[in-house]
Parts: sequence; structure tokens; C-alpha cells
Amino acid sequence: MKQLLDIWIAGAAGDGVQSTADILCRVAARCGLHAFVYNSYQSAIRGGFVYAQVRLSIGKAWLPGSHWDILLALNADAVARHRAWAKQDAVVLFNSDRAHLPGHLKGLGMPISELVPDSLMQNVVFLGSLMRLFDFPPDPLERLIRETFSHKSDKIRSGNIAAAKSGFEGAQGIAGRFALPKPDKSHMIMTGNQAFALGAAQGGVRFYAAYPMTPATGILHWMSEHAGKLGICVMQPEDEISVINMAIGASFAGARAMVATSGGGFALMTEAIGLAAMTETPLVAVNVQRAGPSTGVPTKTEQGDLWQVLGAGQGDFPKAVIAPVSVEDAFYMTQHALNLADRHQIPVILISDLLLSEHTETLASLDPEKVTIDRGLWADPNVKEFRRYFDTPSGVSPRAKPGMPEPFVFTASSDEHDEKGLLISDVATNPIIRQRMMRKRMGKMEAVAREMPPDEVIGEPRAELTLVGWGSIYGVMNALVERGRREGCSINALAIRSVWPMNQENVRRFLSEAKKTVLIENSYSGQMGRLIRQETGFDLTNQCLKFDGEPFYEESAWPVIERYYKGEIQGRQEILTPYGIVEDLDAH
Amino acid sequence: MPIEEMIKDIHFKSETRPDWCPSCGDFGVLSALIKALVQLQIPPHEAVTVSGIGCSSNLPGFIHTYGFHSLHGRSLPVATGIKLANPKLTVVATGGDGDGYGIGIGHLIHALRRGVKLTYIVMNNQIYGLTTGQVSPTSDLGHVTKTTPEGSDVFPVNPIRLAIAGGASFVARGFSGDPKGLVDLIAQAIKHPGFALVDVFSPCVTFNKVNTFDFFRSRVYRLEETGHLTGDFAQAMARAGEWGDKIPVGLFWKTDVIAPRRPLAPAQDPAQGLDASLWQNLIKEFQ
Repeated sequence: MKQLLDIWIAGAAGDGVQSTADILCRVAARCGLHAFVYNSYQSAIRGGFVYAQVRLSIGKAWLPGSHWDILLALNADAVARHRAWAKQDAVVLFNSDRAHLPGHLKGLGMPISELVPDSLMQNVVFLGSLMRLFDFPPDPLERLIRETFSHKSDKIRSGNIAAAKSGFEGAQGIAGRFALPKPDKSHMIMTGNQAFALGAAQGGVRFYAAYPMTPATGILHWMSEHAGKLGICVMQPEDEISVINMAIGASFAGARAMVATSGGGFALMTEAIGLAAMTETPLVAVNVQRAGPSTGVPTKTEQGDLWQVLGAGQGDFPKAVIAPVSVEDAFYMTQHALNLADRHQIPVILISDLLLSEHTETLASLDPEKVTIDRGLWADPNVKEFRRYFDTPSGVSPRAKPGMPEPFVFTASSDEHDEKGLLISDVATNPIIRQRMMRKRMGKMEAVAREMPPDEVIGEPRAELTLVGWGSIYGVMNALVERGRREGCSINALAIRSVWPMNQENVRRFLSEAKKTVLIENSYSGQMGRLIRQETGFDLTNQCLKFDGEPFYEESAWPVIERYYKGEIQGRQEILTPYGIVEDLDAH
Repeated sequence: MPIEEMIKDIHFKSETRPDWCPSCGDFGVLSALIKALVQLQIPPHEAVTVSGIGCSSNLPGFIHTYGFHSLHGRSLPVATGIKLANPKLTVVATGGDGDGYGIGIGHLIHALRRGVKLTYIVMNNQIYGLTTGQVSPTSDLGHVTKTTPEGSDVFPVNPIRLAIAGGASFVARGFSGDPKGLVDLIAQAIKHPGFALVDVFSPCVTFNKVNTFDFFRSRVYRLEETGHLTGDFAQAMARAGEWGDKIPVGLFWKTDVIAPRRPLAPAQDPAQGLDASLWQNLIKEFQ
């Protein structure tokens, strides 16, 4: 029986690759398997070449696989492009009306036109076949088809169930070829973006604004779909400048507010990040990184925006940057960020990446009560005098909002102001007040640092080799630590969650006690390495970097990490996943 | 209403005295806004003035209401967010021609078609004052400024035409030198159920030596005295094109056709997250 299977679903945009992957993942999760789905796509709505890498396993699936056991080829191109990545004994499921297999591949051709009235149903036929290959009963898939098509006509529903049956029966010849166990439990499935959105909803967000931008759009879609039911005002304004300024307005008026974008949109938001800090208006902004610079590779993953986020906004001001490491973490960290923003009246940035935000993974459960909403300090309605920016030891002043009667009426200003909010920048600048207000705002960082989430050690506290990473790198680090355990190599890892302010002392201590370290990052420059050196003085000289747009795969990362482990290499190493250039491979 | 509970001018008096140049047009706009709020009996704590950056954008500091003095060009997004979060508030965005018709014009176009109930008062002096006299988006062709020593070589923005064409439901023009007419226009604008633009000739006495109080006094005439039909699109656009010896002020365009909106965000402070049954319901989609 297989413990782990990689199924790739490939075709053109519009072939239903994503929805097929979603159904497969959901069926598997309901049968108690773990799953990981990574959708590889381009900026094309129809045509092109898209594929989903689905990994099913008994243990936690941390990553997609770089090679496949089963290829669902939705067109002929799929076989041509992916044949180089077949594992031994791999099988292709394909439409025998449209494609035939090259000699060295084994496969099952389904005569789609004979099986179903509409070739669009070929995906469902293949899903039926997969159940047979896994030695699964057909019922869970049937049930899911019924749910998926519940809003469609009886004819469509029964047609699809029949299609799944024909696929199931048609695969009789290779039944059980990839038999999987069926643990007696079931998991949830969720993407990182859904977790950000759900975390925002559970965290009491009442105002959400965003401009569509890959790979952050998933949050906007979920929010828009659920806005009415949840009582959230969701806006899609004209640009990201409007997005963030609207959210600041809403927050000023008392609503918890959140925005999300990718690096390009975040660049437009930058000035207003400082506005939130200067007016002490709480705000959470999510930056889901994609491969830059400029428009870059919009549908591919990277971690090149760290410096952008750290430097966002002119001037010196307090802010926090948190990097969730997994889907589950995105749910909790969003709520934590909302509380942190309210408690300290600062902008808080959640930094994610395409892989983290767009992949689907299985979760046991989410606890809606783990994080309690804390809206921070509000003015006592009975006070006789009010100064909005009253200088307190913590730097945090009690808030008021429009609508509260005298004595609370005040003006928030992007100009420097005194405790009452009155401008000191125009007629007569006042160095004494200026210095005091700067101190008041910056003074918040002390308490913010204490409330930052802990970073996470994966594996044993001490090891021969320590990996360091952040964001979605958590997945590959987990896989590599587990691989090390299997191979008898003592490896652990540190996942940085608190980016700014960093848990300086803990990180310094942990790294200085490590025997050997390697930074793993989806970037050219190893940006986290430089930040760690700046903040702790510790120099991560070994850096395993990948900036080809593709995630790290265990298969290609392990040999490199193993060589670091054995001391065969040091310094900088780059990894490349040469997908899609079959001709070049053939030439070799 | 007992007289002691009535809202009076004095309630809107700020601790800060305006730092505008003596006899700046903006004084008239500030006083007209206060008089309009008094006329409508809107208490200071239920009003919010929101601005960008520029001389006129300092207005929120010179009036005792809630205020948000935001970034250059961004008053409308901030004002929109405030209004959506708490629709009970009277939200008035204020600023200048550089702020609203230059750097912020993209937001204006979309605020017009969005139709969220806001009053937008633009103190139009056809010059950049706070930066000491550069050409502005509404400077006339040929206008000589520090940055156009040979005269402006681009057409000015016509905010009235732009707003009417852009889907505004209330478009008016006032003159700082006509306080009575201005109070009336601002009061009408605040009462209007959708987005209302009030462009105001508010002369810069320091840097614009062409478009002065005298320039406008000798040219402006009131639309309402001409039998102008505010619901007639073609007439409104024609009047909006007049510039020269005769310049119209008053209400150009008004319509009841306003973009519908769903219920807005309750500006509550949620003590808890989603209620348990809603949570269960949401979680189902992930199972």
C-alpha cells in the first residue's frame, strides 16, 4: 500500500484543472488522508498550460512533489510537457480520443466520447478512475459530486455521477494499482488566503477593501462572497491607494479594518502605512508576495518583498510585521495582528507568499476561541477632559471615535501634532513637542516586541544542522527535518514568525548555539539572512536560494541540504526546477 | 428646542486660529461651512471634516468637528471609509484644486460614480499656494506662474463638466465672496442623499494675481436667477462651459438617480467573533 502519492492534473486554462484538484483533495481529506495542492498557472484565462500538483499522504503533506505517480492529462500537451517528470511505474490517465502515449509511458486511455455525452465531463470520468486506482469505494466521490452540483439540474447531477461511474468501471484493469489506506478520520481543506479571510471574519473585521491582484485576490473573493452573511463592508475601490485610505477612514470611525494586496499594490499603499502610524489608527495590511520586481512573474511564488515591507513609508514610525508559516497559522496570526494593531494603534503587516496563500492543505481543525478579540484602550465616556494623543508610559492613548460627544471631538492629522491633535507643523514648529510625540509613538515598540508571536523550532532543540526560513518555507523545512530523521541526519529548523520587531534575543541565542546553519529562501538575495544579521549580528553564510518562481521541492532540496550537512559545500547554492522545457531536456 | 440646546456658530470654534493669509478666500468657505452646519443643526460631534494636503486642507484644524487631515489627494477615500463605517455621521471632505483635481482626481471620478453620501467642497484658487505659487490643474491657459514662466500650455480641468459627466448627482459652484449663496449651496449639498460636489472660487490673495476677488465679483452671475433647469443635462453642461466675461455660480446639476448601496458596515466594537452557529456554517465549506 502506498504511503504517499503525487497526482498531477494538467491541461489548458479553462479545462477545469483547479476544480478537479479541489474535488480530489476534498474526497481524500474526507477519507482521512492528508493533501497538499499547488496550482501552477499563468496570466491567461483560456489556453496556455496549467497544472495542479496534488500530493496525498498518510502523514502531513508539507509540499507538492516534483515528480508524479499519476498524471491526469486533460490534453495532449499535458503528456508532452510532463513526461519527463514521471516516477517509476507512473501511469497516465488520458483521453484516448485526443492523445496517445509515447512508448515509454504506461497509461490508461479512456474513450471519452463513448463514455459521456460531453467531453467537458472527462475530468469527472478521470476522478472516477482515480478512486479505482486508489482502491477507494465510489461513494465519497459520488456524494461530493452531488454536493458540488447541488445547485445544478438533476440531469447535470446524474450525468456527472454516471461519468464518475464509467471512469470507475473503465479503470478495472488497473484497480488498486495505487491502493491507499483509508484512516478512520477526516480533515478540513483550506487555502492560505481562505485562512486569512476566515481569520479576519473571526477577528471581528467589519471593513475589508482590496483591489484585485494575484495572489491576494482569493481573500477578496471569499470576503465578497460572505460579506452579506457576515455583516462586513467589502469594497473594491479604484486602486490600492484608495483601498488603504478607505480602510484607515473606516478604522478611524471605529470599524476593524483590513486590506490585502501583493507587492505592486503594497507599493501604492506605502505612504498611507505611515498615515496609519502618524494618526495612530489601527490597520492590518496583508502583502502576499509574488515573483517581482515590477510586474514580474505574477502567478509564481517568491519572497523578495521583505525589504519593501520593512521600509514601507517615509519617516520613522512604529509598525509590526508578522509572517504566518502555514494555513492554520494564517488564521490565528490574522486575529493576533488585528489585536496587536488595536492594542498599540499601529499598522500591522502580515507578509505571505503565493505558495502559502494559494496552496490547499489539510487541517485537523481550527479553534475559533483560541484568540479573543481585544480592541485595546478606549476613552472612559465619563471623563471631563480628553486629549486623543495623551502621552502615556506605553505610548498608547485611549481612543475616541466620531459620534462620541464632547469632550472627545478631535482631529487626526498626518502633520505632526500635540497631545490634543493640534498641528505643530505649520505656523510655529515646536521641537519640544515634536521630540515628545516621536518618543510617544516609537515607545510603543517596546510593548509590541513583547507581544510578537514566538518563532518556531521544528524538530529537536539541538541538531548538527539548523535550517532557517520563513513563510511557506516552513513546509519544506518540515519535510527536510523529517527526511533527515529517516536518513539518520540530525537536522532541525527555525521558522521566523516575528519579522519586525524580531525576537532578537531568542533568535541570537538559538543561532549562536547551532552547530551549522543554512538559510532557505525563495529569493535571490536571501533577504531574511540580512535582516537576521542586522538584528542579531549572526551571519547566515550558508544560503540555499531559489528564485525561479517555483516552490522548493524536497526531491531537489534534499541533496543540497545533505551536502551542507556533510560539509561538502558551503556558502551560496541556487536550486532550479526546470519545468516546461522538455525539448532542452531531450537535447541532453 | 430650548435655545440653550441649539447649535450655534460658537460650537464650531476651534482652538486653533486659521493660519491662512489675511483675506484668503478660504475664510469665507470656513465660515459658510459653519453656518450651513448651524442651519442644519448638526452637532460638532456628529460631523467629520476630512481633508488632504494644501492651504485649504488645513480646514479641519480650524473647525471644531471631528476631523481627519490625511495625505495629499486622499481625502475622498478616507471620507468614504468613515461614512461607510458610520453612516450616521455627516462627512464633509474639503481641499483645494491641486489636492482634488490634480493628485486626487482619480479618486474623485470614482467617488462620483460610487455615490456614497459625502459633501466635497473644493476651494479652487487655480494655483498651488502652500508650495508658493505653481501652476494648478485649474490654472487658465496662459497663466504665468513660477513653473510656467511663459504661461500655462495645457487646458484647465473643468471640474463642473467633469463631475456632471462622471455621474455626480449634485454639482454646484460657489464663490467665497458670496457668503450667503455659499451657505445655501453647502447646506443643500449636505442634505443631498448622494455625493455632492461644491466647487468654490476661493481666491489666493498671495500667489494668484489674475483670478482675484475683483476678477470674480465682476464676472459671476447666479444660475438660479436665469431660470436654469438643474435636471437638464444639456443645459447644465452648456452652462458649465461658460468662462470669460460671465461666469455662472449656483447649482448646475441635480438628480435623484444615485447608485444603490447595500447596508453598510456597522461601526460596532465586536467583543466576540462570529457566533457559534455562523462559525459552524462557515466551516462546512471546508469539509
